[in-house]
Amino acid sequence: MADKIIPIGPYHPLQEEPEFFRLHVDGEKVVDIDIEIGYNHRAIEKISESKSYDQVTFLVERICGICSTSHPFAYTNAIDDLLGIEVPERALYIRTIIGELERIHSHLLWLGLAGHFLGYNTVWMWAWRYREPVLDIFERISGNRNHYAMFKPGGARRDLDEADFPWIKKTLKSLIPKFDMFKGAVIDDPVIRARTEGVGVLTKQDVYDYACVGPTARASGFVMDVRKDDPYAAYDKVEWKVITQQGGDVFAKAVVRILELYESVNIILQCLDKIPKGPIDINIKDMPAGEGIGRHEAPRGEVFHYIMSDGGNSPARHKVRAPSFVNIASNKKAVIGETISDATIILAAVDPCYCCTERMAVVDHKTGKKVFDGQDLVRLSQEKTEKLRRKYNR
Amino acid sequence: MSLKLKALTKSIWVYHMSTGSCNNCDIEILDLLTPRFDVERFGITLVGSIRHADAILVTGALNLKTIPRIKNIYDQAPKPCFVIAIGACACGQGIFAKGPNTPEPVDSILPVDAYIPGCPPKPEAMIAAIVKLIEKLRGKK
Repeated sequence: MADKIIPIGPYHPLQEEPEFFRLHVDGEKVVDIDIEIGYNHRAIEKISESKSYDQVTFLVERICGICSTSHPFAYTNAIDDLLGIEVPERALYIRTIIGELERIHSHLLWLGLAGHFLGYNTVWMWAWRYREPVLDIFERISGNRNHYAMFKPGGARRDLDEADFPWIKKTLKSLIPKFDMFKGAVIDDPVIRARTEGVGVLTKQDVYDYACVGPTARASGFVMDVRKDDPYAAYDKVEWKVITQQGGDVFAKAVVRILELYESVNIILQCLDKIPKGPIDINIKDMPAGEGIGRHEAPRGEVFHYIMSDGGNSPARHKVRAPSFVNIASNKKAVIGETISDATIILAAVDPCYCCTERMAVVDHKTGKKVFDGQDLVRLSQEKTEKLRRKYNR
Repeated sequence: MSLKLKALTKSIWVYHMSTGSCNNCDIEILDLLTPRFDVERFGITLVGSIRHADAILVTGALNLKTIPRIKNIYDQAPKPCFVIAIGACACGQGIFAKGPNTPEPVDSILPVDAYIPGCPPKPEAMIAAIVKLIEKLRGKK
């Protein structure tokens, strides 16, 4: 059998960061996959050692733009752990509100991209349109649509204005009917079900083997959420539930994310009601030598930060583990044995920084001739949906 | 105005190149295509291949692994091809200026025609930059 390879990437993403997948294919079937990352390496852990503790908050925010709260959240948790301080309660609520707003915008973003890969560009446009009100809330609170800079060691950098609360609540409640629409579009639509159900299945054992986290693990029946298992910020002060599904396929992952949208709105509304008055930060005088760890359940899974201090002005060692790092590896399990037209959505299903669909090309290994390129692969995926749509008369 | 210049500035097709950014500029670029901003009204659209592009949008602080690749891509672009640096990292490396893996800014490698500062720049700022670029090309002011 001639080894045919589809290089996806490495670079020139349609969106998000560059990664490189090499799919080995036999006809339509994917038989193996190699994953190469490192195109986005900016040596953040090393730069962190040359910045002061306060500056590192801004640096870790720039690890990822979509989860630009998750990293500061885990980092400030690590610093608070190192210092052993009690953060003022108002700051905990502010952190929770920002973290959950981010989850809403991140899941809507994923939903839009997944719709695009399946050939439902309407879903893309809608999801991104209803993401805008969330960004408006961020702009009102922090002055920026992304990179909110709301966190600092020992508290929050900015206070929330009570006068904004009615408007924030109204905006969030207006999103609920839109979520219902997405839920209907995904759960009730036979074409989307046919494209995603039973596709790219990760069993519970696979999730265990690859140590997957976040919605990827919860879609396979793992009840696992740092917010519940190891409560921090205000997550133990509000009522909410962990969403899980049993399927482990792309459909289950989509359902988990859509249902989490409701939970996030629920958490924010409760926080806005319960938020106490008081100071938003405490003054940190000096940094003792020691170690601290911080965790946060980012939209994609658990973010982990480790800080080692030698008593100086900047971290002696700063280690970051992001959720996509473990989730991307599970593609090796999910994508093998599936067809090329399903590969795009499977690779996208773990919500990695998956960007390279446009640069896919099927190359005949012997002749080096291009068989398909990226446009063709998206087209293949969209044509499959079109076929199913006709079959189901939609 | 020559026919070539008129055709070029009538509808600028852009190609997006992320050189190790944090995704935010990239997301805001995609946001331009979605209903609130909808730059396709002005004939601006994202294209999948550099060979169809009139302008390259560069985001992110160049790192050692991407520098040879963006040189390669720029060489493949049909000229004239304008380079627009988007975001603090692409304009002047931002917080990564002294990073061990991010040796040089974009403008030491590619001829940059427009800089859009901001972290990330607002979509409105990006639209304004494109308008200014078109005005410059057409020779107004």
